[in-house]
Amino acid sequence: MILFNHVSKRHPGGFEALREVSFELARGEMAFLTGHSGAGKSTVLRLIALLERASFGQIVVNGQSLSGVTRRGLPKLRRSIGMVFQNHKLLHDRTVFDNVALPLVIAGLSRDDTARRVHAALDKVGLLSKERAYPVMLSGGEQQRVGIARAVVHKPPLLLADEPTGNLDPELSREVMALFQEFNQFGVSVLVATHDLELIRHLPHRTLTLKDGQLVADSATP
Amino acid sequence: MAQHARAFSYSLGQLWRARAATLMTAAVIGIALALPTALYLVLEHAQQVSAGWKGGAQVTLLLKQEVSDEAARTLAIRLRAWPALTEVRAISRAEALEEFRRLSGFGAALDALDENPLPAVLVLQLTAGQEDAERLLAKVRALPEVELAEFDEQWLKRLHAIMAVIERAVQLLALLLAAAVLFIVGNTLRLAVQSRSDEIEVSKLIGASDAFIRRPFLYSGMWHGALGGVCAWVMVSLALWLLHGPVQRLAALYQSDFSLSGLGFTLTLWLVAAGAVLGLLGAWLSVGRHLANIEPA
Ligand SMILES: Nc1ncnc2c1ncn2[C@@H]1O[C@H](COP(=O)(O)OP(=O)(O)O)[C@@H](O)[C@H]1O
Ligand SMILES: [Mg+2]
Repeated sequence: MILFNHVSKRHPGGFEALREVSFELARGEMAFLTGHSGAGKSTVLRLIALLERASFGQIVVNGQSLSGVTRRGLPKLRRSIGMVFQNHKLLHDRTVFDNVALPLVIAGLSRDDTARRVHAALDKVGLLSKERAYPVMLSGGEQQRVGIARAVVHKPPLLLADEPTGNLDPELSREVMALFQEFNQFGVSVLVATHDLELIRHLPHRTLTLKDGQLVADSATP
Repeated sequence: MAQHARAFSYSLGQLWRARAATLMTAAVIGIALALPTALYLVLEHAQQVSAGWKGGAQVTLLLKQEVSDEAARTLAIRLRAWPALTEVRAISRAEALEEFRRLSGFGAALDALDENPLPAVLVLQLTAGQEDAERLLAKVRALPEVELAEFDEQWLKRLHAIMAVIERAVQLLALLLAAAVLFIVGNTLRLAVQSRSDEIEVSKLIGASDAFIRRPFLYSGMWHGALGGVCAWVMVSLALWLLHGPVQRLAALYQSDFSLSGLGFTLTLWLVAAGAVLGLLGAWLSVGRHLANIEPA
């Protein structure tokens, strides 16, 4: 699903955020991306969603080489990826329903189909009763679940999450991780960046560890 | 199609939510559109009025050389009896020579001639509102004493020349103000784009195409422009209504049946359509550029 082949990212200042990173995430696989703050976790995710472009090396997402994706092709790539952010990135002047519906509106789904799928996604994250609420009326954990519902409502084959539990207490964090595991069981490939080692210690998934922009450990290849 | 309908109604909703700001912008656009429209109407009416003025013109008759001053005066008396003429002034050959000497500065040259080369002249004042001035001209041309008869149209020609200049000025002004509308709409939408940068950023993150993001803003520009057209219509109509009474009184004093005509359906349609097109264009020029600046970070 994701292939990194000797990928480096150098910022305009000359700073190397990633150095020669290579790994492969299989279709339907779930993995954690860990490392200290500034190790390059977010950079990996941003490269996958083409929020930035790699300086060197090759990245393939869902069978498509990212170097071949033009500006016009960007929307299509991003629609095949569900993204969850630490700060949720919800729209505060829209209801929970409208926030979750956004990817479907963009995809041009009919009103009925949109309503049906938004309800299904909200049901999955346990927020069906809050569809008319505005994000500010929700707790941090609930807001994050709205963000997750929005990321999966259009059934993307790949789910990326950047510090999805960064602002949550351990209890809520475990719930969020359980949600990701559930989606993974439905066949979605999942890559979660987190520095919360305590949280993932007991989870049975592959862990990729970054240090100063280099991949220093991969639990799949001891 | 469904996406267009959604962007269409969504943009309307946005305008309604910010109706005070929308009205302000529409009013400014309205002023920019109303100015050239009002001037255009003034020109239209001026042309209408001046078209009816030919009847009030003068005709100058140059009589044949052999016609004596005496015969010229007799002819003048005969012509005064015509109802189409209010006044007939006879200028004798000697008077014509005197006038020519005074105005031309060729006095010395004229003194060298033994004989006065100038014919007698009759100046005819046509009755105001005279419809068939051309027929009258043909009739006086047919008189045996007349060598040459012409409308004294100098002032009318000048008037038309002045009006042509004003017309061009109005066209230039319309062009300038159309550019102003582009800027107004462009600026309004620049602010709209900025105030909704979060939404734009998230939409881009989720995979919205540029066209999808641009669409509601384009509709918004179109709405602003069309509303501006409506505002312009209101302003011009109000001005016409206020002018109606005084113009009627003025026309009555001149025994004219002239009256102000309103904007009319076609012109109103043009005004609103012009506003909508300018709004759309202004949005299109501004939004694309400002959207490109908002990239997900
Ligand atoms: N636009 C940028 N210009 C320069 N340096 C950057 C830029 N973006 C990120 N970095 C640097 O790249 C490194 C990796 O960042 P990031 O991937 O966000 O780390 P992490 O998510 O693991 O905390 C950091 O040291 C950060 O300061
Ligand atoms: Mg990070």
